[in-house]
Amino acid sequence: MPSFQDHLSRIKARIDEISPEDVQEKIEEGEGFVLVDIRERDEIENGFVAGAHLLGRGHLEAKIGTVAPESDAEIILYCAGGVRSALAANALLQMGYTNVKSMAGGFARWAQYGFPVQTRKSLTKSQLARYSRHLLMPEVGEEGQLKLLGAKVLLIGAGGLGSPSAMYLAAAGIGTLGIVDGDTVDMSNLQRQLLHTEDRVGTPKVESALKMLKGINSDIEIKAYPFRIDSSNVLDLFKDYDIILDGCDNFPTRYLVNDACYFLGKTNVHGSIFRFDGQVTVFKPNHGPCYRCLYPEPPPPGMAPSCAEAGVLGVLPGIVGVAQAIETIKVVLGIGHPLIGRLLTFDALQMKFRELRTRRDPTCPLCGPNPTVTQLIDYEHFCSMER
Amino acid sequence: MPISVKIPTPLRKFTANKDTVEVQGATVGAALRDLDTRCPGLWAKVCDDDGKVRRFINVYAGDDDIRFLQGLETPVADGSDISIIPAIAGGC
Repeated sequence: MPSFQDHLSRIKARIDEISPEDVQEKIEEGEGFVLVDIRERDEIENGFVAGAHLLGRGHLEAKIGTVAPESDAEIILYCAGGVRSALAANALLQMGYTNVKSMAGGFARWAQYGFPVQTRKSLTKSQLARYSRHLLMPEVGEEGQLKLLGAKVLLIGAGGLGSPSAMYLAAAGIGTLGIVDGDTVDMSNLQRQLLHTEDRVGTPKVESALKMLKGINSDIEIKAYPFRIDSSNVLDLFKDYDIILDGCDNFPTRYLVNDACYFLGKTNVHGSIFRFDGQVTVFKPNHGPCYRCLYPEPPPPGMAPSCAEAGVLGVLPGIVGVAQAIETIKVVLGIGHPLIGRLLTFDALQMKFRELRTRRDPTCPLCGPNPTVTQLIDYEHFCSMER
Repeated sequence: MPISVKIPTPLRKFTANKDTVEVQGATVGAALRDLDTRCPGLWAKVCDDDGKVRRFINVYAGDDDIRFLQGLETPVADGSDISIIPAIAGGC
């Protein structure tokens, strides 16, 4: 019978080992390397080395590329005691990685030395079932799902855009979902605003939204704000959120949301619709343009009719709101290329998407080098001015 | 080869509902002037009385906003695209 001990000895002779002290020193020195925990999920519950990627052993070869795209990246693996990580290091060497080490003594020795240990909430059994399709994807995984559950996203408007984005974000497990809207549900909303139902006509939209979203996912916290945002309340409301998803229906609020997001450094995921047209972009303060860079001034009153005046195709906000939800999730997870510096336009009649480049405006009164807008202004007045 | 100007839906009432109008011109400004002769009224929708592009409308030559190029003087090559993109606020 082949002996495991002999096998292990042969492998240990082939791979490099590194002591926990040396790993700790590398971390303190700020050396760039990829630290990977290959233990099972129940072993991680009591903690792991701070900063380690929690990949597990099972799909290690499939997932390692997401954290170590280069074959000469320095990879340090650890398990509980240093046996499984030795075997795994051998597997990565065979795979073509050239600089792989196994941490001798594993997490047990690391913890004995009293080196920094990080703990995290892990997903509950019911969360593992609910989010299983996310967990299967290396771009999300358990780490990503925990990020989503830790994220706080505020939706401006529980209307056409807010409906699909709120429903998908709730389903995806955004842990704290705020929704602000001062309107009540009207029969004319039901043509497109999927959050609301016939029996809730006349009730506040955020209450109606709360019912729908709770039904989709009772695992998350949903906060309803039954008022209209303005300069007096916006900063206080936004400060507790990471990302603002703008699905409002008027220019004063567009500029208000933009300015408040800029002042607070919040990412603004913008979507707007008109009849058959949609626009989506992401404004990340100081990483790309803001709404004022894109549209320095609002149209004068009367030049840009609202949806209430000009109509809107009922299913159009489905496309645009869902695009906003996707961008939000990408920003939370830090994956892909969000629409920062890019404007996505959608023409439903032609069924065409186009992408246009947007740039920071050096004369922007908000985010340019010589700002003149340094605090919130009177947005109703700003948008009603004749220029 | 003509230049294709992409018309947003709010302005298609000027173009008999066409989403693209083919025009001639060596610059964006000349192309928009030519557009106005084919579809009268469009120039005034896009540009103000001083002949500048309105601040709530962006005109793109290809994928680039002409405000960051040479404005209406931005040259356009035959066969290229110009897009008119107005600010829209709707979300309801």
